Amino acid sequence: MRLTLDIALTHLLHRKRQSVVSVLGISMGVGFFIAMAALMQGFQRYFVDKTIDVSPHVIMKDEFRVPPRQPVELVYPGGAVRLLNVQPIEERRGIKNAMALAEAIAARPGVAVAPTLVGQVFLRFGSKDVSTTLYGIDPHRERRVTQIERDLIRGRLDSLLTTANGIILGEGLAAKLGVGQGDTVSATSSAGVVLKMKVAGIFRSGITTKDNFESFTLLKKAQVLHDRPNVVNEIRLRLADINQAAPLAIALEARYRYRSESWEETNKNILGIFVIQNGIMYSTVSAILIVAAFGIFNIITTVIHEKERDIAILKSMGFGEGAIRNVFVLEGVVVGIVGTLIGWLLGFGLTELLGAIRFHVEGFVTMERFALHYTFTHYLLAGTFALPSAVFAAWLPARKAAAVNPVDIIRGAA
Amino acid sequence: MDKTPLIDARGVTRELPGTVPVTLVRDITLTIPRGQFVAITGPSGSGKSSLLYLLGLLDVPTQGEILLEGTNTTTLDKDRQAQTRLARLGFVFQFHFLLHEFSVLGNVMIPMRQLGGRPNGEIEKRARELLAALDMEEYADRLPEQLSGGQRQRVALARALANDPALILADEPTGNLDSKNAQQVFDIFKRLVEEKGQTVVAVTHELDLAAQAHRRIKLVDGRIAEDSG
Repeated sequence: MRLTLDIALTHLLHRKRQSVVSVLGISMGVGFFIAMAALMQGFQRYFVDKTIDVSPHVIMKDEFRVPPRQPVELVYPGGAVRLLNVQPIEERRGIKNAMALAEAIAARPGVAVAPTLVGQVFLRFGSKDVSTTLYGIDPHRERRVTQIERDLIRGRLDSLLTTANGIILGEGLAAKLGVGQGDTVSATSSAGVVLKMKVAGIFRSGITTKDNFESFTLLKKAQVLHDRPNVVNEIRLRLADINQAAPLAIALEARYRYRSESWEETNKNILGIFVIQNGIMYSTVSAILIVAAFGIFNIITTVIHEKERDIAILKSMGFGEGAIRNVFVLEGVVVGIVGTLIGWLLGFGLTELLGAIRFHVEGFVTMERFALHYTFTHYLLAGTFALPSAVFAAWLPARKAAAVNPVDIIRGAA
Repeated sequence: MDKTPLIDARGVTRELPGTVPVTLVRDITLTIPRGQFVAITGPSGSGKSSLLYLLGLLDVPTQGEILLEGTNTTTLDKDRQAQTRLARLGFVFQFHFLLHEFSVLGNVMIPMRQLGGRPNGEIEKRARELLAALDMEEYADRLPEQLSGGQRQRVALARALANDPALILADEPTGNLDSKNAQQVFDIFKRLVEEKGQTVVAVTHELDLAAQAHRRIKLVDGRIAEDSG
């Protein structure tokens, strides 16, 4: 093996420039993979963490995924019955017996609940009208379900209890209205009720949509504003074990029929984008590595062409086909290993460089710098991609080298 | 002493397939005992080198069989043939075929390193002894390109002798050498046969050199035309 390595290394060192280019090809593939993976996964994890952190893990809403079946359909299942122009009874919206239901759910281990009335209202301050999603909450329950209290940059959550008609606004929403803590805004609901509300606090969650469009008040105030006394239209849940969100949502919906969404379902569009994003990343890096593999293929093919005489004499000396093949495969291994090691350093450097960049962007989330995810798995994964690529690229021409007929070469050289 | 002939070729024919098949050697039957210096002569295209490659397991006959030390080599798989070449045979060609990137010493060590079973220090010692026997020890650390043609051929010879082969096969080993260097190479062959009991089969068309061998075989059109026996 030592001799095989010696021969492989002399071949590579003899063609320094091509070897360096091949190594750099692999290094760049590995380096960019690590940096891109840190960037992409960092953002995705940041977003998911933020979402899990800020939002409830399960939301039960006062709606049904499947409309209730009509009595005639229940009596004659599968019968030739077709109902036309059904006029549903206009029922009062809201989760029936919400408080008792909330208590029943809260009795489950590791589950905190917050009954809420959610609705759209217009906030007016001076000549500015801004639409907001107003959450009517109970502060004592809310602090166990979301991180609103921690995200407050002005005021306190309990201020809602001590401020007459208090409202807590997202930072972006307050900015749009041009209000600060202590200002009074006029809130108008779709029911036509108008309330003067005093800004009791301002929060910054880091999720742009929340900060720009959400606001909080006491449940009772929201019920008054929407003219829906004692109505709760959402029960929001926080779980000790986040992995239980989807099964619990399914179980709750099966039991109570109210549409229950886990945080994954609520954010499935964005999570779907992440899947596409990862696909793009892996495709791009694969393309880089394929180009690098072609570089290795090229150099080893050239070396084999140049070293036909050496191959012939080695075979005449008694090197078997396997030994000859190993020489060239080992060249691929050496290029792959050196390329991967340099790529790891490059990846680390690029990630550090990305980490040092500062900016201000408001997208899904508000960010001041790239959220990066550092993990050895990325390095391992990059190596797992790169090394077999290099070996495969070397193995193809190595097979040709192993098949060289020494007699043909020796006759030609004579 | 082992009475088995070193080489026992029986009805060996080598034909190249194609639309017009070409016969390189035809129905060669030949026995070479141990410790013999055999020169194969003949005009160009008579099949001298082809026969040598068949005897050296670099090629396989299309008919007949070749026994080396009693073992039928034609039925061996490629790996076993390679292993036999490594352990029992040594080749010298008209062109030296030294590896340019390796030193003289490195080139001589290659067959021993590939065969394995010996520590590196011992392999180096043996390589230096071989070079010393061929008056090449002082060039051990040089690269092949720093040597003359005769010196390169002596290094190639040292490499061929590295694993102490039973049979040394030389294909026009003096073809690129002047008469003085050519005679030196043949003197080495004679010494190997006389002093170490090794067997040498050398292809040459230089009749004065061939005359120094124990036995001369002349090939014409792929057949043995004369055998001094």
